[in-house]
Amino acid sequence: MPISSDQRPNPDLLLGKLQRQEARAKRGKLRIYFGSSAGVGKTYAMLVAARALRAEGRDVVIGIVETHGRYETAALVGRLEILPHKQMSYRGKDFGEFDLDAALLRHPSLILVDELAHSNVQGARHPKRWQDVDELLAAGVDVFTTLNVQHLESLNDVVGGITNVRVWETVPDTAFDDADEVVLVDIPAEELLERLKAGKVYLPQHAERAADNFFRKGNLMALRELALRRTADRIEGDVQAYRADKAIGSVWKTANALLTCVGPDAGAERVVRAAARLASQLNAEWHAVYVETPRLQRLPAARREKILGTLNLAGELGATTAVIADADVATSVIAYARNHNLSKLVIGRDPARRLWPWQRSSGQKMAWLAPDIDLIEIGRTDGVMQNREARNSDRPSSATVAESGDRYKAKRLRYLWAALACAAVTLLSMPLALHFDRSNIVAIFILAVVLVAIRFGRGPAALAAVLSVGSFDFFFVPPQFSFAVSDVQYLLTFCIMLAVGLITGQLTAGLRFQARVAGHREERAGSLYTFARDLSAAVQFDQVVSISDESVERTFRAAAALLLPNAAGELTVASPRGAAALTVDLGIAQWAFDKEQAAGFGTDSLPGSEVLYVPLRAPSRARGVLAVKARNRRLLRIPEQRQLLDTFAALIAIALERVHYVEVAQDAVVRMESERLRNSLLAALSHDLRTPLTVLVGLAESLTLTKPELSPVQLESAQAIQDEARRMSTLVSNLLDMARIESGEVNLNLQWQPLEEVVGSSLGATREMMKGHRVKVQVPGDLPLARIDALLIERVLVNLLENAAKYTPAGSSITLAAEVIDDHMSVSVSDNGPGLPAGREEAVFQKFTRGERESATPGVGLGLSICRAIVESHHGSIVATQRPGGGARFTFTLPLGDPPAPAEEPEIDSG
Amino acid sequence: MAEQQPVAVLVEDERQIRRFVRTALEAEGWTVHETDTLRQGLIDAATRKPDLIILDLGMPDGDGMEFLHDLRGWSSVPVIVLSARVGEQDKIGALDAGADDYLTKPFGVGELLARVRAASRRRRDMGAGMGSIFEFGDVRVDLSLRTVHKGDVPIHLTPIEYRLLSLLIANSGKVLIHRQILREVWGPSHTDDGHYVRVYMGHLRQKLERDPAQPKHILTETAVGYRLVQTARD
Repeated sequence: MPISSDQRPNPDLLLGKLQRQEARAKRGKLRIYFGSSAGVGKTYAMLVAARALRAEGRDVVIGIVETHGRYETAALVGRLEILPHKQMSYRGKDFGEFDLDAALLRHPSLILVDELAHSNVQGARHPKRWQDVDELLAAGVDVFTTLNVQHLESLNDVVGGITNVRVWETVPDTAFDDADEVVLVDIPAEELLERLKAGKVYLPQHAERAADNFFRKGNLMALRELALRRTADRIEGDVQAYRADKAIGSVWKTANALLTCVGPDAGAERVVRAAARLASQLNAEWHAVYVETPRLQRLPAARREKILGTLNLAGELGATTAVIADADVATSVIAYARNHNLSKLVIGRDPARRLWPWQRSSGQKMAWLAPDIDLIEIGRTDGVMQNREARNSDRPSSATVAESGDRYKAKRLRYLWAALACAAVTLLSMPLALHFDRSNIVAIFILAVVLVAIRFGRGPAALAAVLSVGSFDFFFVPPQFSFAVSDVQYLLTFCIMLAVGLITGQLTAGLRFQARVAGHREERAGSLYTFARDLSAAVQFDQVVSISDESVERTFRAAAALLLPNAAGELTVASPRGAAALTVDLGIAQWAFDKEQAAGFGTDSLPGSEVLYVPLRAPSRARGVLAVKARNRRLLRIPEQRQLLDTFAALIAIALERVHYVEVAQDAVVRMESERLRNSLLAALSHDLRTPLTVLVGLAESLTLTKPELSPVQLESAQAIQDEARRMSTLVSNLLDMARIESGEVNLNLQWQPLEEVVGSSLGATREMMKGHRVKVQVPGDLPLARIDALLIERVLVNLLENAAKYTPAGSSITLAAEVIDDHMSVSVSDNGPGLPAGREEAVFQKFTRGERESATPGVGLGLSICRAIVESHHGSIVATQRPGGGARFTFTLPLGDPPAPAEEPEIDSG
Repeated sequence: MAEQQPVAVLVEDERQIRRFVRTALEAEGWTVHETDTLRQGLIDAATRKPDLIILDLGMPDGDGMEFLHDLRGWSSVPVIVLSARVGEQDKIGALDAGADDYLTKPFGVGELLARVRAASRRRRDMGAGMGSIFEFGDVRVDLSLRTVHKGDVPIHLTPIEYRLLSLLIANSGKVLIHRQILREVWGPSHTDDGHYVRVYMGHLRQKLERDPAQPKHILTETAVGYRLVQTARD
């Protein structure tokens, strides 16, 4: 093996390690209380530990704990908070199940979840409790749980063999190995038996029958040994991992990696489990491959399904899985091992059935092909028997025949053609036999057999060979029209004809298979290529959606729908076709989207669903979910097809992300452009309107200053022109401000300001208008600083003061007051004038509204709506009320922030 | 007014505005040279020896800001800027670039003349050297003794307050932008702490103004800066 290249540190692996550590830091910690059987006191130990932590002040919650009515255990629960169970009914029965959603919502620091191996009632989110626990850990919640040794997936068959009681609730070894802490709860077998006799061990009803068998001393001792050994393995693993952590060299260690082959017989599952155990002992990664040969491809669907099931089991046990289509198992397996740098091969021992002495088992063949690879053969106890059973089940059942009725018909037709070809050759050869030698006639028959083999395959070729031999014998070999043979040498001719037919058939069948495999491969590559090309041209979401729907439907022969999130992050079905073709469970889809994990059919999460939900993971985040419901369910189980689907999902995700960013960029350009346009328009308007107004004001004022002086009437006119021009100017300012605020693009120039200063400048600006009024200012000197845009708040105050001056008779008093109320500053302008018309307190803030309609008082009524817009942009509010004692009061509030420290003299000067 | 007529250069593209500004200034005894381009304005500023320049920022042939930068390279003549622009940033920019004062359109003749008088008085004071006594309202500041009296009552000022006040006095009548004040009083590292200025201006007003909420002398030019006015307007 080329080892030297492996010694180099692989940056990807290092990065992967860092990422894993990072992910791990965020994850909750899992502690498993591990025991050899029920009754050893795992739950008890867990509760004791939880109480101790509770006493230290940790937020501990009981998710689910079965006390089974045992007094000591129930007493331990004590005052610990218990999460209510979720009532679920299944087949008319009610079950109190662990409520995962409630637990996630409650989000304690530590949660106790008893019985890791428990299977959830159908309809729960995950079929298994360990998956619930996994989600809790992912959410950052620490979990304590309990587990018995017989529930470990890889030990399942061993325990079954020892005790004769097979347990169906299993936990994958990865869940056990990935636990942060494992606490072994151990008592001697004798004590356990005593506890059992004393009735301290709870057994579920259905297990009571088996209990007598199970709780034998021998069993218990064996189980105890298994539990101890498994724990020891784990600890050794911890130690190794610790050492490996210190010595950086082991990060890229792949030398020990295993490869196992999944075969068609029932022993395969055993081999897979053995390989998994071995891999965990060696602390090595492992692969599982299934080589689909032409023979295996012809197996009935149910058996192929089972093989894929075994492969999936390997995947669950932590293997990297693959399906290889090749006619020769040994060479393809060795090639795979070489490609992936795997140094150990685990295979099942071939059955002792051997047709010919020179035939070699695939194990021997592999050993011969790759002398440098370690070969580990797993023995089979009941393999042969099971093999025979399996062989029986090979025969197509009537169901499969009905299923593949069309194929069956086509097959029969091919045999018919083979027979007809033989008959035709016989008829044709009849006249020839008169002129040619019999050996030439044989050649014609052989030609026919070869042609049949090429055209119709192995079976028909065999038939043609047999028929050819028969008819040659019957019609051409003397004595004619009899199967009797006078010359012994013709026997050799028969044999050769038969052999040629069979060999050619075999060869062509192999060739066809290769061609078909290549065709599939090309089809996959082609569809991927077309899909990528189509997607790259898409510039709108709709296009991406329709291209994706079509391509997924075509490639996977499945109904597909794309789900995209809306602005709130909730998924909706984006494809109209998809919505009609399959019913999407938005809950599952949303889960897949949020967790960025596939859910539904063929996955760990809600596998009961008919639809598979694949998240569309783009580099920045998930962009949506692809829902797929295959017409041929098996298709989605094949690893290659799943990989292809994942690739499709990734392509869609990238396309969606690209389209998204295109839109973002376009939006930004449009926004910038419109802002630029608006600003230049406002600037131009401002300039063009103010210039003539300046001229008007200036010239009118010049008139009043000319010498000789104007007559009083002329003077009054000049003054009036000036006043009106100024009012016009205010109006223009208001309109421009309104336009700017309305466009939502006001950039507040927020500064910490003493309100007094703004009050001062606004009073200065309105001095002329206020001449006829008495103005009172009640602003305390110790008012805190406010974070405001001084210019805009000044505009508010000016507008309010002008308003008060405008709507009250001369001589009225106007009060400007400010105070701090709770967490905001309240500023009011009140007058003792006629007040607001009743019921119009709110309406005055509307644009172009005035207290009285058609009044002689000038102004368009923009002032107050600008005030409101400004105050609201400061996150404050403004209201108009009647002043007690008559008059109007306008009050606005400004939130008090966290003002900077009062500016103490930062440096002392000697002055 | 004076024996020699003061000279003003008026750079403004709108004929009617030029007309009334010129009328108003001539009535006050100024000689006015008008121009409608920045280029000609710079030539006039160099050749006419003006005592005042009135500059419209929104000229069609260029940016008034560049005019200011060019001018300040070789002349300290007072500049009053006319601006029709909306943003306060333009005014701050112009003041920072060396303008002495600004007027926002539309403005009245009265306002214009008040600014013109303040600018020319400051120019005269600078030429004559400032006396050691400065008075505004009933406040009397003795710059050589560093004492401040309001009426007859001595007022205690902290060192920073005093520095702030003397800066305002040195630029009496002129608009000082926040950045200038921070730079002069607190040093160049504090130019972002705008609230210092506001808080200390508040202190000064509390101590020196009769009604701090309606100041007559230490005036706020909102969002731009401050101005000390020696003689109250009304």
